[in-house]
Amino acid sequence: MEEASFEPKIVGFLCRWCSYTGADLAGTSRVQYPSNVVAVRVMCSGRVDPTFVVKAFADGADGVLIAGCHPGDCHYLEGNYKAMRRVPMLKNLLSQFGIEPARLRLEWVSASEGEQFAALVKEFTEQVRALGPLRWEERVAALSESA
Amino acid sequence: MAKPKVAFYWCASCGGCEETVVDLAEDILKVVEAVDIALWPVALDFKLKDVETWQPGEVAVAFINGAVRLSEQHEWVRLLREKCPLVIAFGSCAHLGGIPGLANDTTREEILANKYHRSLTVDNPNRVEPRTACTVNGYELELPLFWKDVKPLDAVIDVDYYLPGCPPPTALVAQAVDAILKGALPPKGSVLAPEKSLCESCPLNETKPETLAIKEFKRVATSTPEPDRCYLAQGYVCMGPATRSGCGERCIHGNMPCRGCFGPTPGALDMGTKMLGALGTLGEADSDGTAMALAGTLADPIGTLYRFSLPASLLKRRCIEKEEAL
Ligand code: SF4
Ligand code: SF4
Ligand code: FES
Repeated sequence: MEEASFEPKIVGFLCRWCSYTGADLAGTSRVQYPSNVVAVRVMCSGRVDPTFVVKAFADGADGVLIAGCHPGDCHYLEGNYKAMRRVPMLKNLLSQFGIEPARLRLEWVSASEGEQFAALVKEFTEQVRALGPLRWEERVAALSESA
Repeated sequence: MAKPKVAFYWCASCGGCEETVVDLAEDILKVVEAVDIALWPVALDFKLKDVETWQPGEVAVAFINGAVRLSEQHEWVRLLREKCPLVIAFGSCAHLGGIPGLANDTTREEILANKYHRSLTVDNPNRVEPRTACTVNGYELELPLFWKDVKPLDAVIDVDYYLPGCPPPTALVAQAVDAILKGALPPKGSVLAPEKSLCESCPLNETKPETLAIKEFKRVATSTPEPDRCYLAQGYVCMGPATRSGCGERCIHGNMPCRGCFGPTPGALDMGTKMLGALGTLGEADSDGTAMALAGTLADPIGTLYRFSLPASLLKRRCIEKEEAL
């Protein structure tokens, strides 16, 4: 019963130059999309320290979305390539910890892609909903001695 | 003036930290001249009841090494905390969980199953496992509880200072003792080591390029690094960028990439993800396919990135509940 009413909590790290503007556009164009993503505006997808992602999961997020400028369009030239290299390593790390890699998603969204942003959020929200709640803290507590 | 009394205690550790105290060599004599050792189980026989008789404050400082995994260790460190005004987490295991902390990559059930049943050298037809209480020939025997997980010292008691390293180098220990005797300690909670990264003090730093073109990660198990070029530039996961300086670059001088025993650089919340961030800046990959291939060559991410710090990491442990028990 609880699963049926489960609304995933998703943290979205959005690059201010492209994806955050894209998200804004989705808003101003009144495209309907789920409100599950809490947007955090960052300067660049390359600024997303993997620590942010892990902290989000540790603190109760069910999913994390990183969105940046398309390859070749990063305002700092290389930032999105850093994100591109980090995310697969991070997914392998998360999976070893016992967190499904599909809870983390990296996508490219330009400032003009409001529709695409809305579609992405919709799709990712459903993907995370299907995985169910992560409840990291509770799971750690169950496998730890309370001292 | 009476000499201050100090205590040394060990929990889940290998004994290497005790060795450091012995390695103080002539300095230990200076230490012995300056302080009285009130407790040192590795060298002299002491019981918990001896410590119970101490007046609070009578013993000024407790150096505690090792992570905490047994109820007995918990009992000892709580008592030492109660009695000693100053508690110092000594070495990587007390600081961050250390090598014993890698056990958080599995479960207690798995450990017991391997140790008591699956191991090829074990013959255990009655399926005996350790229990906290049992009766043998009419005697009630007790064993400490083997906890579900490994914890760093500050997860179970308040810790005043940290001496990092596996083991802490004698120079840092001598400095810390000196600071304690002079009352010249930094703010509570400090790690008693430099505030910069290992790369900044590494002799190979000048050979470390700004951008590295790594196509795959190498392992020291299967190839040998060249001794005079930054290991990271050669594709070995050298933890230098994410590790605190102060060890004297011990591994680097031994032709071994840093494994991170000094713990994270100041301010880093999580050592493994900090290092992972640095690795992402280095690779050559510029497409999803090559990025995935690069990631695939990073063997055992938890063991590599959190070799000494898993229990102190943000995620703390692996959580796979459904691992079948045997
Ligand atoms: S990565 Fe390792 S070898 Fe290279 S400069 Fe840093 S500590 Fe030295
Ligand atoms: S080089 Fe790294 S692993 Fe080796 S002693 Fe120094 S901090 Fe520890
Ligand atoms: S500025 Fe948008 S990804 Fe770098």
